[in-house]
Amino acid sequence: MNDSFDQISQQLKGRHRKSMRLKYYSMGALALAAAFLLIFFADMLNKGLPAFKQAMINVEINYSEDAAKSGRAAVNRDFSTLISRSVVRTIPLEMRNDPTLLGTTVQRWVLASGEVDQYLKGNRVRLDDEEMERIDRLVETGKIEQQFNVGFFSRGDSKMAELAGIMSAVVGTVMTMIVTLAIAFPIGVMTAIYLEEFAPDNRLTQLIEININNLAAIPSILFGLLGLAIFINFFGVPRSTPLVGGMTLALMTLPVIIISTRTALRSVPESIRHAAFGVGCSRWQVVKDHVLPLAMPGIMTGSIIGLAQAMGETAPLIIVGMVAFIPDVTASFTEAATVMPAQVFTWANEPDHAFVEKTAGGILVLLAVLISLNASAVLLRKKFERRW
Amino acid sequence: MSAQMPDVTYKTNPDIGQPYTRNDKACHDLSIRVRDLNLWYGKTQALKDLNIDLFQKNVTALIGPSGCGKSTFLRCLNRMNDLIPSVHTEGLVEIDGRDVNAAKMDEVALRRRVGMVFQKPNPFPKSIYENVAYAPRMHDLVSRKAEQDELVEKALRDAGLWNEVKDKLQEPGTSLSGGQQQRLCIARAIAVQPDVILMDEPTSALDPISTATIEDLMDKLKEQFTIITVTHNMQQAARIADYTAFFHLGEIIEYNDTKVMFSTPAQKKTEDYISGRYG
Repeated sequence: MNDSFDQISQQLKGRHRKSMRLKYYSMGALALAAAFLLIFFADMLNKGLPAFKQAMINVEINYSEDAAKSGRAAVNRDFSTLISRSVVRTIPLEMRNDPTLLGTTVQRWVLASGEVDQYLKGNRVRLDDEEMERIDRLVETGKIEQQFNVGFFSRGDSKMAELAGIMSAVVGTVMTMIVTLAIAFPIGVMTAIYLEEFAPDNRLTQLIEININNLAAIPSILFGLLGLAIFINFFGVPRSTPLVGGMTLALMTLPVIIISTRTALRSVPESIRHAAFGVGCSRWQVVKDHVLPLAMPGIMTGSIIGLAQAMGETAPLIIVGMVAFIPDVTASFTEAATVMPAQVFTWANEPDHAFVEKTAGGILVLLAVLISLNASAVLLRKKFERRW
Repeated sequence: MSAQMPDVTYKTNPDIGQPYTRNDKACHDLSIRVRDLNLWYGKTQALKDLNIDLFQKNVTALIGPSGCGKSTFLRCLNRMNDLIPSVHTEGLVEIDGRDVNAAKMDEVALRRRVGMVFQKPNPFPKSIYENVAYAPRMHDLVSRKAEQDELVEKALRDAGLWNEVKDKLQEPGTSLSGGQQQRLCIARAIAVQPDVILMDEPTSALDPISTATIEDLMDKLKEQFTIITVTHNMQQAARIADYTAFFHLGEIIEYNDTKVMFSTPAQKKTEDYISGRYG
């Protein structure tokens, strides 16, 4: 006798309940992950956004003869403690570079000291009541205000929080990435082409393949040790430089590029290769004219993701000495440099409270760069991906 | 068992109403000579002691049940089997008096003279124009743009596609219909002026109307080219082929003038197959 619909539905109830339960579990997991992400972003924005503002103070600078000897003499004694030491220090230098300044008086906005900055942002400071009162008064009269912190994006690192910027780290990152890409992209792509299109399937190539896959899973700090042992100690590449950092990160990025390139090559339909061989293409022509153009979006996406991974890497760079204090923007590939995550790491170790916001601000900049890189990878894929 | 060249009754000479003889060179210049050809996929033997002569400027159909080795044999003729790592070939395949498996033979040169059309239309993901122009340019058959334009037009005309695509040469080849794509692939193959065109079930992915178009086309193309086609469709073989070879389990069971073979098959297996008893 056959079961009626009702009987079957009866039996199914338990199964439906189970699948519903599973659905809610997975939704819960997603919600939890999203909540963590949200909390992280909110915290970073909350801590980091103040770093993009900086207290400035409007003072009269008197380029007197005394000022040429000691910058302190150039400003009203009342203000001198509120101004960043960096401003005071550079006044004699300014005057030496431009002798016509002597005897003139200029009214302009200069950096306030870190203490003032922190006081305005509502953080704990080591100011006495009198100073706080004076600051409040100056704020009321518009002599002190928070302005957009241009310096954060245009200056290098400094031990004075109000002066520290991320520019040298950004430049260091760009230079390091140039080296990484210049090494890892051609080597990675050519290796993948050889393994996928030319190599015979034998024990040796299988061994190489397994090793490449394993390489992708090696803790990144080991690549740093390798960089230290091979590049610095053996080949004598100068330490702390974009060159050695880029080479080390290239080692780390290579397997990512090789694996993603192989996947991209493999996804090119075999019929295209047959068509190309059929009209008498040599193997290289098949690759160059037909397979590579089709695989390019995939290769580029993989490379960008590999690069983004390398960009966020700190551990191997610590080993090759790229957590250096770099106040000036690096000008060449063989000069000491730092990178964004290493800069964040350095700031995070500073005892001064003002560096907390610098740390968070640095993370925000790094995140913005990484997100835009990944977004460009997605866009590239969307734009060029075609189906047959 | 020693391999024997299958007996062939030659096509009828319309002038005298009698079959051509082996000595009638007019119509029967040999194009391809195969002797004792054996092929293995790893340890599995796929072709056994094949002996066959394929005639110039005719259509030869290879028929037989699935897995009988007809496509494998076809790919021996332009060494496409080289792309499969486990394949091992022995024996002689001679085209224009040269052994194609000889170490000296460059497979690129071979494939220029022996073109191929595949089962599924596989135009390059490039423009219609570029699909046809690519190979001649690669082989340095054209030097100037005007020459190239001319050659593309000729190939497309010969493939019966020109009128349909002349206004949209820059559109992707993949935008065409299945039948048009297959004709584009034929145009691509004939653009380098090969001697032989291999067709591996060229119509099996197409609708009946496109199939009829391709069949008409093959009939025209055999004036210029030697066409060897694999087909699952016996009616198609009967319609288009001058000669037909029946493959079974890696052997050539029978090879003959199509009309003779379909009316009076010499072998029991052939008769069973063409009368639809298996396959």
